Amino acid sequence: MDLPTLWFIAIAALWIGYLLLEGFDLGVGMLLLFSTRKDRERRLMLNAIGPVWDGNEVWLITAGAATFAAFPFWYASLFSALYIPLTIVLVSLIFRAVAIEYRGKGSTDKWRMWWDRALGLGSLGSAFGIGAALALTTTGLPIDANGDRVGGAFAWFTPYAVLGGLAVVGFALVHASVFLGLKTDGDVRVRARKFVVRWSPVALLPIVAWVLIIQFQNGTLITWALVVVAVVAVVFGWISARAGREGWAFVGIAAFLVAGASSIFAAVYPVVLPSTIDPAFNLTISNAASGEYTLGVMSVVTAFGLPLVFVYQGWTYWVFRNRLSDKHIPEAHIVKPAVAPASSASASSSSAS
Amino acid sequence: MDPLEIARWQFGITTVYHFIMVPLTLGLGPVVALMQTQWVRTGDEKWLRMTKFWGKLYLINFIMGVATGLVQEFQFGMAWSEYSRYVGDVFGAPLAMEGLLAFFFESVFLGLWIFGWDRLGKRLHLATLWIAVAGSVVSAFFIIVANSWMQHPVGVELIDGRPVMTDIWAVLTNNTALTAYAHTVTGAIAVGAGFVVGISWYQLWQRRRDNIDTVDATGRVVIGENLSIPGRDRKDHSVWLTSIRVAAVIAIIGFGGVAITGDLQAKLMFEQQPLKMAAAEGACHDGTSFSVLSIGNLGSENCEDVVAIIEIPGILSFLAHGDFDTNIKGVNTLIPEYQALYGTNLPDDPLYGERAGQEINYLPIMEVTYWGFRLMIGFGMLAAAFAALTLWIVRKGTVPQSKFLMGTALLSIAAPFGANIAGWVFTEMGRQPFVVVPNPTPGGVDGVYMFTAAAVSPGVSGEEIIFSLATLALVYAFLLVFEVKLLIKYVRGGVASAMPELGHPEGDSGDGSDPDDPNKPDKRDDVLAFAY
Ligand code: HDD
Ligand code: HEM
Ligand code: HEM
Repeated sequence: MDLPTLWFIAIAALWIGYLLLEGFDLGVGMLLLFSTRKDRERRLMLNAIGPVWDGNEVWLITAGAATFAAFPFWYASLFSALYIPLTIVLVSLIFRAVAIEYRGKGSTDKWRMWWDRALGLGSLGSAFGIGAALALTTTGLPIDANGDRVGGAFAWFTPYAVLGGLAVVGFALVHASVFLGLKTDGDVRVRARKFVVRWSPVALLPIVAWVLIIQFQNGTLITWALVVVAVVAVVFGWISARAGREGWAFVGIAAFLVAGASSIFAAVYPVVLPSTIDPAFNLTISNAASGEYTLGVMSVVTAFGLPLVFVYQGWTYWVFRNRLSDKHIPEAHIVKPAVAPASSASASSSSAS
Repeated sequence: MDPLEIARWQFGITTVYHFIMVPLTLGLGPVVALMQTQWVRTGDEKWLRMTKFWGKLYLINFIMGVATGLVQEFQFGMAWSEYSRYVGDVFGAPLAMEGLLAFFFESVFLGLWIFGWDRLGKRLHLATLWIAVAGSVVSAFFIIVANSWMQHPVGVELIDGRPVMTDIWAVLTNNTALTAYAHTVTGAIAVGAGFVVGISWYQLWQRRRDNIDTVDATGRVVIGENLSIPGRDRKDHSVWLTSIRVAAVIAIIGFGGVAITGDLQAKLMFEQQPLKMAAAEGACHDGTSFSVLSIGNLGSENCEDVVAIIEIPGILSFLAHGDFDTNIKGVNTLIPEYQALYGTNLPDDPLYGERAGQEINYLPIMEVTYWGFRLMIGFGMLAAAFAALTLWIVRKGTVPQSKFLMGTALLSIAAPFGANIAGWVFTEMGRQPFVVVPNPTPGGVDGVYMFTAAAVSPGVSGEEIIFSLATLALVYAFLLVFEVKLLIKYVRGGVASAMPELGHPEGDSGDGSDPDDPNKPDKRDDVLAFAY
């Protein structure tokens, strides 16, 4: 296999890894918007992703940086064409990250309510924007011969963008519910399972539509085979969820994502960013790629680094494998200033020593 | 609206902001890890308390570094697409390595550390922190490699008008990168240590203010306690005294480090970017003197307006070459040299848009380089001097009740941040008008350079960049308020803010507050020790 093809696969794998792992983080964030009002339950949900969410997000950073290293023209054209939506993604990611860390550090209900909203909307914005960007890189943008977007700041805003956004949002909601069913106990678990059974047929429709559109445009025998695998997996996942077999439900939904997303990437190969103006302007793995030497260096680094990531990230999931329930969540800790009340500053010292 | 100017402001603002969090993360991380190491080694609870308290502040800051770093990663493609296309073959590699070999370690192991207090064995848990800290330190290396390649391109060949990487080893061992890396890391250590000194000072001062600690006739501390205030027991005193002593020593070492590495950098810069250094000196004419104070119109195109008020002969030569009498080229000599090598006008290329054919101004903004350089050194010296003073003052076990000194201690937290920002602004703006500076050393790479004017995304409008600049600036300002508010709140809470069990001296913390009790029934039923 030539190096650009290998790197196309690597980047597809990074994106799929990202959706697979951060999918449930984003979904948990969104679920906080509507699934429960009880603070302890919210904290339970948050702590279920607590130890792992930041590591999951690095898949996004690495996917972006690897695109820069391996296909600089792809990175430059896609990111500049999507200037506004990516700005919104960035702001969303910022709020989400900060909210996870900060929501528990204030003691008023108002503080927590606002950070919960920031977390929910941040997750929604990131999921939608990233979905839109991924859909557009498979369906095309109006880029000229130099790879620059024409048609103004909103030229990217097409039905495909909306479809891709909804696809990732819907998937994340289902994936998070499956995950919470697997990782928590009590009401949260029960509710999560109900959500999967009732809503996944609707929530997964956009992603299925995206998969099918790409297949009807570019499908091959192999990619259609992947679609079949995806469909079997998702049906299996849904049946397992209904039967209360949460582990298998998770496996089913995960396999659905991997097979479905692979079918998309495999179908668009070797184009990485189609031009909707003229197919001659398409960015492909050959005209967007870095030189052989750079790709070779990156291959060596990745061959060494990525398996290591699998090992220690996998180990984290193992360390935190237990179900969490209400009883694991400590009382909220209220931080008070360690200073004597102004009036008694000197009086209280009598109790010293 | 001119996309270039706005994009430059945008990059400058977001990066400087990222670099408020970064040096604190880089500097505080090793300090916390050291404290936890001491705890594991000695079992003295004082070290546990220090770990928890400083660890809490570390995390509050860390997350802002993560959030703002994301922006950096995306920005090159969004606003600087032409730049990304030009440099991608070599510049993307260190960024991807940073993700793969550093950020993953950093984030995954920090998650393990935060949540692993009672899931992992003591030593394993300590190791997770050290690995996360090592991740930060490695990430800084890769990003500095990327940045230094823009300051001094090596390891590439010009093929079809683009630099193509031929030697990754040369890129990773770029002498510019090695010195800049050492300088940045030592600068970050100064930040972390200054932070600990200032806050520990406040704690010791607050204990005296609340009459918990007093001093005897010889000025020696008499340690007390006030159990009605969370955490203010006798042990608390040793937490802060040890913190302040350890950190003051580290601050002084850090400053020594920046001075040595900064000197190395200056010597390199005289070779690699002579005009940057001449501008930093306000040196119009060739000479040997270092200007301590120059006045006049530093920004004017006519260098003759600048008048040096105080000059020390020989020092400039010393900075550049280590002797006192080598003549160093001034601005007036250098500009014609640059013009001869890189042209007097921007090429007539559509890349330059309206700027095509404009005359090139090779002189960076002199106020910025001149004062950036002096502020960096000045702030650093102030903070180091205060650390030395602190060591002497606390020899008898506490700090004086003086409000003035208390204020100074707080300022000495800010000074190293100021030095870092000034240093970056100097480095980055002193590099203008190039975004990739030509490598002038003999045998350097021919033709690999890029004017900033050509780097910005051609397809993106000024309005779009304004939108993101305004949004990000607003969000950043807003979040800074919350970060500082939370830091203050946790600082004022003392150790008890990070160890709830200290807030309940009656012992009703309810969660078996000793996480190391080996006789715990079933670890799985534990309350999470460190939950969101
Ligand atoms: C000298 C150090 C240094 C410098 C110059 C930069 N950074 Fe940074 N960055 C760090 C040192 C660092 C760090 C200390 O490793 C951080 C801070 C907090 C953290 O999580 O890691 C970080 C975080 C951080 C993150 C989030 C990582 C995560 O989620 O764990 C990203 C994506 C970037 N940075 C990217 C950049 C880019 C593209 C930069 C160039 C403009 C940049 N940083 C400048
Ligand atoms: C965190 C430390 C850094 C700070 C504080 C910093 C600061 C700045 C500032 C103030 C500018 C604006 C200069 C001007 O417009 O005149 C700038 C520009 C820029 N810097 Fe940095 N920088 C940092 C690190 C980096 C790194 C690590 C890279 C690359 C890996 C980088 C790449 C750039 C680019 C591409 C520009 C835009 C072009 C320009 O306007 O010069 N910077 N930076
Ligand atoms: C004490 C004498 C110091 C000297 C001689 C010195 C020298 C230098 C020089 C020459 C540069 C520019 C390098 C370039 O253009 O690439 C620089 C940059 C910088 N300085 Fe300093 N410096 C000193 C102190 C400090 C202190 C105290 C700090 C922070 C605590 C600091 C932080 C920085 C930073 C962050 C940069 C930008 C990054 C880099 O290029 O390494 N410096 N310094």
